[in-house]
Order: sequence, then structure tokens, then C-alpha cells
Amino acid sequence: MPESHESYSSHKSHKSKGTNVTHATDETRTASRLNDEMLSSMRPPTRRWFLLAFCLGAVVAWGMFAFSWQLTHGMYVTGKNRPVMWGFYITGFVFWVGMSHSGTLVSAILRLSQANWRRPILRAAEAMTVFSISVAGLFPIVHLGRNWIFYYMIPYPNQRGLWPNFRSALLWDMTAITTYLIGSILFLYIGMLPDLAIVRDRSHGLRGKIYAILAMGWRGSAREWVIYHKASTLMAALIIPVAVSVHSIVAWDFAVTVVPGWHSTIFPPYFVIGAILSGVAAVITLMIIIRRAFHLQEYLTPRHFDNMGKILLVISLLWSYAYFVEVQTTWYAHEPIEWEVFSFMADRYTIPLLLMLAGNSLLPIVTMCFRRLRRSIGVMLVVSLLVNVGMFIERFLIIVPSLSHKNMPFIWGTYRPSWVEISVNLAALAGFALLYTLFAKLFPIVGVTDVRELEAQKVVVPRGRARLPSLAGEE
Amino acid sequence: MTTVKVESAMQKQTSPYKWGMVIDLDRCTGCGACVVACQAENNVPICEKHEIAEGRDMHWLRIERFWVGEYPDVRVRFLPVLCQHCHDAPCEPVCPVYASYHNPDGLNGQVYNRCVGTRYCGNNCPYAVRVFNFYRHEWPKPLDNQLSPDITVRSRGVMEKCTFCIQRIRRAKEDAKGEGRMIRDGEVQPACAQTCPTDALVFGNMADPDSRVARLARSPRRFQFLEHLGTHPSVHYLKGGGREHA
Repeated sequence: MPESHESYSSHKSHKSKGTNVTHATDETRTASRLNDEMLSSMRPPTRRWFLLAFCLGAVVAWGMFAFSWQLTHGMYVTGKNRPVMWGFYITGFVFWVGMSHSGTLVSAILRLSQANWRRPILRAAEAMTVFSISVAGLFPIVHLGRNWIFYYMIPYPNQRGLWPNFRSALLWDMTAITTYLIGSILFLYIGMLPDLAIVRDRSHGLRGKIYAILAMGWRGSAREWVIYHKASTLMAALIIPVAVSVHSIVAWDFAVTVVPGWHSTIFPPYFVIGAILSGVAAVITLMIIIRRAFHLQEYLTPRHFDNMGKILLVISLLWSYAYFVEVQTTWYAHEPIEWEVFSFMADRYTIPLLLMLAGNSLLPIVTMCFRRLRRSIGVMLVVSLLVNVGMFIERFLIIVPSLSHKNMPFIWGTYRPSWVEISVNLAALAGFALLYTLFAKLFPIVGVTDVRELEAQKVVVPRGRARLPSLAGEE
Repeated sequence: MTTVKVESAMQKQTSPYKWGMVIDLDRCTGCGACVVACQAENNVPICEKHEIAEGRDMHWLRIERFWVGEYPDVRVRFLPVLCQHCHDAPCEPVCPVYASYHNPDGLNGQVYNRCVGTRYCGNNCPYAVRVFNFYRHEWPKPLDNQLSPDITVRSRGVMEKCTFCIQRIRRAKEDAKGEGRMIRDGEVQPACAQTCPTDALVFGNMADPDSRVARLARSPRRFQFLEHLGTHPSVHYLKGGGREHA
């Protein structure tokens, strides 16, 4: 059996160093306590939970009002104009697609590389993918001039006798996002099956029935476990190329155009790196929130933050390199119109630009170099939040300055987001948080089986008089 | 009789016409008659002051004005810019719903009732000639009586742009078909070319080497906008030979 000295609580690690004899029985006795702790998020909602859900719901309702305002009045309620025909909505779209990369990619890579410390954060990361991609998918519809006929873009046999245009990057987008959404839901669901069975066994009545359906008759037989492991490993391997392709395709929305500043071959890898950067940062933020909200200090230890910090450092270095390459190739070639875009960006958006460079590059690289800072929850919270602020700015600075100063100087313009666009973006954030809050209440947010599988690997099982190391979870 | 042969829907349609325009910058005085004519012909909405200040004007054709030289030797240059009807148009492939398409005559068509308003074409048009209906435009009475019945009145949320007055081309084609002939050179003119007092805008069939527009396009003064982008526009400009170039 692989020597894994991982531990999720100082309490437990102390025990495992103690007498092995008592360990197994101790383990069975604490099993239900473990389940209790890890499923603590699913306890009946408190008043504070309702208050939180209400506040988030109110923001979502406000965003829906703003959107209906736009629906009934017209696109003029946004800040868009000619030439800046895309603005905050597409910024939000790219941002949320980026956020969705955390989950699946982080969790899939860690699953495949068998990094054991991943276990308590898997579920949180995977759920985040599903919700952020759902939120992202709404933006392209919100941003349409005639939202009510968005289905014209869906390929199905229709009375118009017309397929959508498969040469359009927007259609590639839609295909990629739908694939990713379905893939990540499957990934989340398959990973959750044994946990759903645990929840099923612990709940009664209607809830029990619903979980029974969701658990698809999971009994925990050896054969089921083998299939489960195969399926989740396979899904992890399959989802990585999908995740990479999704953000490449989002980058193609820009890269395949003739807009100066967009038309760049570095965009696909640069976008993927940016996506992972914002995703990793978002996972860190979520870990901190979940840890605090559900008292999971024993399962999400500084060790996890340390490791996530290392990933953040690497990705931040990569991002900085990609950004450097993007700017310096333009600067070196000095094509007038492309350079004009960059000069305009630096001139008009100086403060956001500096904030972005600080948040995405300087701050994470400097702080994440130090083990002590990586293990400090406060530092991690600030850094991870600033990374995502920086990433939002980055998307904005990619989209708007390029459109503002296109090839015809006579039609140069500026853009200022309106209250409608800001409201919809805030509602997207609140909606994401609301979906997440509901999910945490209804489903196990910490992968119970994932964590316990590891515990089981350490357990010594009594077989008659002999004491044998357990083989559970070994493949 | 030359008409468009359609043997099967899947076959690529061909046409004996390749519509094009030549704009002589030496002749343009910047009077703006073309802008007004275009607006009257094509049901282009009348925009309010604030709409224009917001950059949401709806002109299909604009006159760009540039100052050249240092005071006191200042000259003003005019540049009429309309849809260039590119043969490799950046606006066409990006539209997810085929609202922007290429017709056999070499025109960039825009199908208003297909348009969902992604505005992707507007972003990708290097000439920035596509305008978007941000507002629901209305023609207060009795202005609604001047609306042309030949053209859709566009609703809010769709893109629109210069069509080379496709309704006139259609009518000329029908007339010619009825008489069993090709459209004669100069028989069809878009509103802007028809109105231009100095004859700076010339429209015609580029596929006919003897047409006036084709002869003018062979001028050594000819250039095209943003040629390096490889969009192959149908609109050709003749370089102005003003004092600053002398």
C-alpha cells in the first residue's frame, strides 16, 4: 500500500501515531462522527443561512429587474455604442468561463496525479465549475440585441429552414460551453454518488426518497467501487482536454477576428492560463469561506492552503510570462494600430491596468514564495480575491480598448458601463453564490468518501489474531 | 437573356453582376447630400442629439472630415465611408445565424429578421460601417409617410448597414428581365451616387470591363481602404491630388 502520511486533523494524526491495535475499532467508532462533521453543512438551515440566502436572492432579483429593464427598453440602457459593441457582459462571460476552470481542471489534475491532499476540496471545486459555467452561459444571451430569439443560434431542424453558421466562433463557443457544462455536471455527479448514498442512509421521508433516486441504488459493493474508480478517473482524464478547449475557443472569439489587439495567436494559451489562475484563486477563496462557514478547520488545514499557494505561484508566473509576451511582441513589431490600442489602454485605464498587474502578477508571486504567507489564511484570502479582481480587469482590458480604437480613427470611442450592466454582473456573482449556498445545504460539500477512503488506507484491520493493513482504496 | 440559374439549392449561385463603386476624393466637396439621400431612401432613422453624442448614430454613409496641414495653410479632406461590400468580408463568417451573408452579386447582405443582435459583425468590421439599433426608432406623424415601402423598417436590437440600395438593384433586374436584357451601365444607381452633385460617387457593374465604374477603377489614383487586411472591398477610392500631395 502506498505510504501516505496525510492527515486531516492533528487529533487524528496523533492517534495514528499511537497504538495501532485500538486504531481499527476507534476508526469504526468515529466513522459516524466523521460523517457528521463532514456533512455538517447539510444540517437544517439556521436563521443566518436564510438571511444570507435572502440577501443573495435580493441581489439576483435586482439583476433580473435590470435585465428586464433592458429587455423592455432596448440595448441603449447599456453603455455600448459604435465602435464598442461588446462591454461588461462579454467581460463577465469570459470571466465566469475562466472561473469554471478551477474546479474541473484543478480537481481532475489532482485526481490523476493522486495528490492526496486534494480530497477535502474536490467537491467544492467541481461544484464551482458547474455553477460558474452555468452563470457564464447566461451572459451571451443577456448581451443579445434581441434576447427573445436566442434559439436562432441553436442547431435544430426549424421552420426557418436554416442551420446556424458553423463558421462563427460564437457557435463554437456555444458548443464548447454546452459540452463543458454537461461534462462537468457528470464529473461532479459521478464523484458524488457514494456520498449521496451516505446522505440517503441518513435521511428519511421525501428527502430520503429524492436522495435514493439520486444515489441510483448505490450499495457500496466491491464491484461498484471498482467501476466508480474507473469512471471517475476516466472522467478526470476526459474533462481536461475539454476544459482546455473551452477557454481556447472563448479566446478564438477574439483571436479569429481582424480587430487590432484581439488578433493574436497567443490568445488561446494565454486565456487558458488566465482561466486557471482565476480558477485556482477562486478555489482558494471558496475553501476559506467553506472552512469558516461549516467549521471544517480539521479537514482544510494550512497544509492545503500551502499546496494551493504553490499552484497559484506557478500559474501566476505563467500568466505573467504570457502577458509579457503579448505586450512585448506588439511593442517590438510596433504595428501602428496595434500599438495605438496598447497606448490607449495604458493611457485611459492606467489605474485598472496597474491594479491588474499587481493583483495577477506582483502580489501572488511575491507573497506565494513564502511558506509562512501561504499558510496564513488571511493572506491567502486577500491574494485570492485580488487575483480575481485582476482577472476581471484583465478581461475588460482585452475587450474594451481594442474596440475603442479600431482601424478607423474617425470612429474611435469610449465605453462606460451603465447601471444595468453593473447590476447584471453583480447579480451573476450573487446568483453564483446563491446556487453554491443551496448546493452546500442540499449536497455534501466535502467529499466524504474521498476523505474517508484515505483514512481507510491507513487503517489496520483485525483478521483473527493477525492485524493486516487495509487494502481499501488501493488500485 | 441572362438570369441567375439555380439548378439546385446546393449549387453555388453565380451572377453576371459584380456591383462596385468608385469614389473620387478629388471631386468630393463634403456637402453631405449623399448622407441625406441615403437616409431618405433607406428608412434610416432620424437620431436625436444625445444618440449621436453617445456614438449611436445610424448613418449608413458618413463623411469623415480630416484637417490637413498647419495653420494658415489648412485644408480639409473629406472621406465618404460606406459599407465596402468586401469580397472577403470579416462580418460574414462571424455571424452565428447567417444574418450577414454574401449574395451572388458580390454584395454583403444583411437579413434583418434573422439578426439576433450579437453585434459580432460590428466588432469585426474594420471600417466601422455597421450600425446597431440601440433604440426603438419612431417616425412621428407625418414623417412616417416618407417611409419607403420597399424596405424593412428595422426593429431595435438588429444590425443594419449600407446595401448599395439593393431595392433599386432588384427593381432594375426585374425591368431588365422583362425586356430580356442585362442591366445597362448607369441604369441603376444607389441614392448616394444619384444625388452626388459633383459625380464623385460612381456605381456600376465591375464584372463588365467597359462599364464606367470599371474604367475608373483602372485609374492609377485608385486605392482601397485597409487593403492590407485582405478584405477585397468592392468600393474603390481615387486618391485626392490636393495641394498637400502636390
